Amino acid sequence: MILQEAATHSALNPIGPNAERVYRLYQFFLVTSIIVWIAVIVGLFWAAKRHRDPVEADTPDRESRAHRWIFGLTAVTVAVLAVSLVYDLALGHSLTRRDSNVMLSVRVIGHQWWWEVEYEDPIPQNRVHTANELHVPVGIPVALKLESQDVIHSFWAPSISGKKDLIPGHHNELYFRADTAGLYRVQCAEFCGLQHAKMAMYVTAEPKDKFAAWLAAQRQPAPVPVDTLANRGRLVFETANCSTCHTITGTTARGTVGPDLTHIATRTSLAAGTLSNTRGNLAGWIVDPQRIKPGVIMPSNGLEPADLQALLAYLGSLK
Amino acid sequence: MRIHRSLIALTMLAAVACRREERRFRELPPSASAVNAVPVTDFQPGGTAIQESTWTKYDNNAYALSQGKKLFETMNCAGCHSHGGGGMGPALMDDQWIYGSDPAQIFKTIVEGRPNGMPAWKGKLGTSQVWQIVAYIRSMSGLGSRPAGSSRDDHMKVSPNLQMRKAEKPKNSFVPPGAVMP
Amino acid sequence: MSVTVLPVPEQDLPPAVDPEDHRRLWRTWEPYKGFYGWITSVNHKTVGKRYIATCLVWFLFGGLEAGVMRAQLARPESHLVGPDKYNQLFSMHGSTMMFLFAVPIMIAMGLYLVPLMVGARNIAYPRLNALGYWIFLFGGSMFYIAFLMNTGADAGWFAYVPLSGPEYSAGKRVDFWAQLITFTEIAALIAAVEIIGTVLKTRAPGMSLNRLPLFVWAQLVTAFMVIFAMPSVATGSLFLAMDRLVATHFYNPSNGGDALLWQHLFWFFGHPEVYIIFIPALGFVSQIVTTFSRRPIVGYPVMVLALITTGFIGFGLWVHHMFATTVPQMGAGFFTAASTFIAVPTGVQIFCWIATIWLGRPVWRTPLLFVGGFLAVFVIGGVTGVMLASVPFDLQAHDTYFVVAHLHYVLLGGGLFPLFGAFYYWFPKFSGRLMSERLGKWNFWLLFIGVNVTFFPMHQLGLDGMTRRVYTYLESSGWGALNLTASIGALIIVISMAVFVVNLWISWRHGPLAGANPWNADTLEWLTSSPPPPYNFADTPVVISRSGLWAYGDEVPVVTGLPTHIPFELVTTVMDAEPVLQHEHPGPTIAPFVMAVEVSLMLVAGVFTPWAYPIGFALLAIPWFMWAWPRSGTKEHAENVDAEYSLGAPA
Repeated sequence: MILQEAATHSALNPIGPNAERVYRLYQFFLVTSIIVWIAVIVGLFWAAKRHRDPVEADTPDRESRAHRWIFGLTAVTVAVLAVSLVYDLALGHSLTRRDSNVMLSVRVIGHQWWWEVEYEDPIPQNRVHTANELHVPVGIPVALKLESQDVIHSFWAPSISGKKDLIPGHHNELYFRADTAGLYRVQCAEFCGLQHAKMAMYVTAEPKDKFAAWLAAQRQPAPVPVDTLANRGRLVFETANCSTCHTITGTTARGTVGPDLTHIATRTSLAAGTLSNTRGNLAGWIVDPQRIKPGVIMPSNGLEPADLQALLAYLGSLK
Repeated sequence: MRIHRSLIALTMLAAVACRREERRFRELPPSASAVNAVPVTDFQPGGTAIQESTWTKYDNNAYALSQGKKLFETMNCAGCHSHGGGGMGPALMDDQWIYGSDPAQIFKTIVEGRPNGMPAWKGKLGTSQVWQIVAYIRSMSGLGSRPAGSSRDDHMKVSPNLQMRKAEKPKNSFVPPGAVMP
Repeated sequence: MSVTVLPVPEQDLPPAVDPEDHRRLWRTWEPYKGFYGWITSVNHKTVGKRYIATCLVWFLFGGLEAGVMRAQLARPESHLVGPDKYNQLFSMHGSTMMFLFAVPIMIAMGLYLVPLMVGARNIAYPRLNALGYWIFLFGGSMFYIAFLMNTGADAGWFAYVPLSGPEYSAGKRVDFWAQLITFTEIAALIAAVEIIGTVLKTRAPGMSLNRLPLFVWAQLVTAFMVIFAMPSVATGSLFLAMDRLVATHFYNPSNGGDALLWQHLFWFFGHPEVYIIFIPALGFVSQIVTTFSRRPIVGYPVMVLALITTGFIGFGLWVHHMFATTVPQMGAGFFTAASTFIAVPTGVQIFCWIATIWLGRPVWRTPLLFVGGFLAVFVIGGVTGVMLASVPFDLQAHDTYFVVAHLHYVLLGGGLFPLFGAFYYWFPKFSGRLMSERLGKWNFWLLFIGVNVTFFPMHQLGLDGMTRRVYTYLESSGWGALNLTASIGALIIVISMAVFVVNLWISWRHGPLAGANPWNADTLEWLTSSPPPPYNFADTPVVISRSGLWAYGDEVPVVTGLPTHIPFELVTTVMDAEPVLQHEHPGPTIAPFVMAVEVSLMLVAGVFTPWAYPIGFALLAIPWFMWAWPRSGTKEHAENVDAEYSLGAPA
């Protein structure tokens, strides 16, 4: 049941310009902070050291010296804070600007507790619907349009960029660029209910041509099953309650409550970044999702073993 | 003695609150075996007994009601019944019940469908999900505990506040001729 | 003008009071005994002690909840508690610590200490004070009874809509949370009004504003902050309760409401609240540093200005909790600047304390040790606070364990350490006995180590991608080791708290007798015996210097001529504390208790039906009439002071 994928998910391991520049800001803060903390503690110890005659300690002369120190240190504090403020604001300004080269715009819609993803395209047939995964081309700025279907969620891929909330009734945008190919984890960062902990997904950054191939494949309807077992699985999917909530393009399954499963076999993870996409995990998830994500809307399914095997074969064929 | 009584009162209060607030996530896998035992009207022999134990898990349970409401919307029940006021299908917030207001009867109505357009949800929804919808539908006409319901949706719609709803007295209305079972 | 002069009390001896006066004053100020006396008491020390004890009980509960959460998070994919219980636990923990512990205990310390420190015989509006306490007690009890009935808050202490709204939070859990806010805001506003009244109008003659002890200044600033911050959350939680009960649409985006409205209302209160906790703590630190450095604080005017500045800027930070919701650059810039520069007044105070220690002769008793711990821990929270003020950095760290680390460093460092210092410092005044130094040092070091072991790794966890409010995490995340470390640290904190409880218990019964002024401190509360009698001071002292007790020579100038058979109190002017009136104090009454019961019933019923309010408000007439019923006895209100008594002049 354990997710095997070793995806990068650390703000200290940046792979895009956003996270990279924030990481540098963090390093600046860190060094400054350590100096400040040491200065305060050294000051405290130095003040507390009983190295002088207590009677002489408290003289007007010493007191005015203390006043000068306080003024001086205050000035230093203000100066340090002003420097960091300027650094902050300048960086914030450059990061929030929309990159004019944005080539790819993706809608990400938050649900309790999964992500709906739609690659926008002026031609409706070319739009790609998927869920719980995001593929982006390396080195190309991407705009995410963030919306929510229910409560507030927050999109956070620490290695790529800072987070941005998905708020019902608001439209937020997040711009980022991934410069290194790889698999990066996204976690919902705003508390969104029972399964907030298990609302994650993966960003796959890949070379431009590979991405284009992926996108083209995603545009296709689900492949028609070739063997009889998978064919029976398709029937199970359409007649059992799967199709009530899930869509598989090219079939009669048109549910919109749960994630689109048209190309589920190509995905990295199941259950919104919770399980790695293996046959066993998929079976466990279908039979008893409430054990893995208690509270999730998907009910337990008491399928006949043969039906389950057929269903797994069918879902496994949805490349 | 007084302490005894107040203890009993407190325990009862706790029981009510616990039932209302319980979140039951794992339910039985779907099976429609319970449905066949449910008669539609009192005119049939056998009365309207259902397994009390099944129903009490959903009755007056806030989580079941909210899940039921979510399903009512996502399954497009509102397409015919509107948000309780009725349209193509009968209203659900009044006191008229064509096929009975008993939880078991509503359950059967959903699972098996009814003539004149009500589809059968057997195999489309799990048993527990149907029971959740039943709980919500009953709450629409004020049957069941008020504090367990919610005041409104986050949508543009006007439906009664379930916490303030006056309970309707269910009547078995006439069965439309087209709806008489063969 | 006759001048009566009392000898300065010898250390470890109660002040010389005529036994006859003492008896009569006692009867005048605390006439009832037994259960009736207990329930009707309006004495600020009785109420204050109850307040503090009650807060400590909630603190214990909140701590236990944190303990269970740390046990759950000690290893990945743990099944100790499920998501439903965990959400309740962290919501209860946050709500308890903020609304039932940190804020009220800081105010409660003020309710006990401020009247003593300004030389008053009781707090202003003492019946209101009792009402505030009962409301607080009943509100907290309601919250925990609900929790035991599986109706504990589960949408977080911040209860963001729409998650906390009628659509996504089924049942009555959030309603009880919203009602807890109502209870605590009533209690806090009451306390704030009392503190302001006490500080501005009942100071001892001669205690002009520029002679006010820094703790009293801190309480005054805090009280004003409460008055400006609380209405915001009161409005917010009222809207939420109405959305949930009577189907209004304040937070429903599809009907013209807005989910972000809640966040603004909440944080406009929520951020100042941090300073409502922190500023009294600064006051503790100033008093402890003064006493244990054996010299007046360096830079008193700057310290006062720093407190006031903090109080003002504290209201300009709230949006830094919302950077991830998308804030326009220009607007965010202002909040970043405010959040950055609020470090300056605190920095100034830190410099002043260090200078005071440098110029003085520091004695490292337990209270000062806690101040040292405060500096070491709080400064870490302070610098991470400056980091979080930055929009780009905040967008990475927001809602992660980095923020969990930051806020615990700030609140434990800036709140709990000074508070424990204050317990050790004022315990002799509360109880008449000193606390054990040896156990105190154990308590301190265990807490210091525990806090750092628990919360320091969380910085790393947050930057490594661990978000807040997660009931579990995957094994592949690699967060296991640091989480285990944090959980071990939590265990150390628990042990440290156990040491504190043992120390409290032993010292309360067997600690060495303290006497009036065991620390040789300078503020007025140390002038009277420990614990103080119900009337506080047999003779109201006259203040002749900012240094309070240290400025008196061999004799303490006092006010004479106030009658002892009527609870008279002196009313003085706002700025210079010149006596203008003598005011008869209201005596003990059961009315506040009855009113609190009535209000509590109304509010609990208000969770279920809006009819609770019209009926409840109508029934409020009963306790109100009890309260306002004319008192029998002598009436000599508002006499001209000069004719009645005279003041001791400075020697």
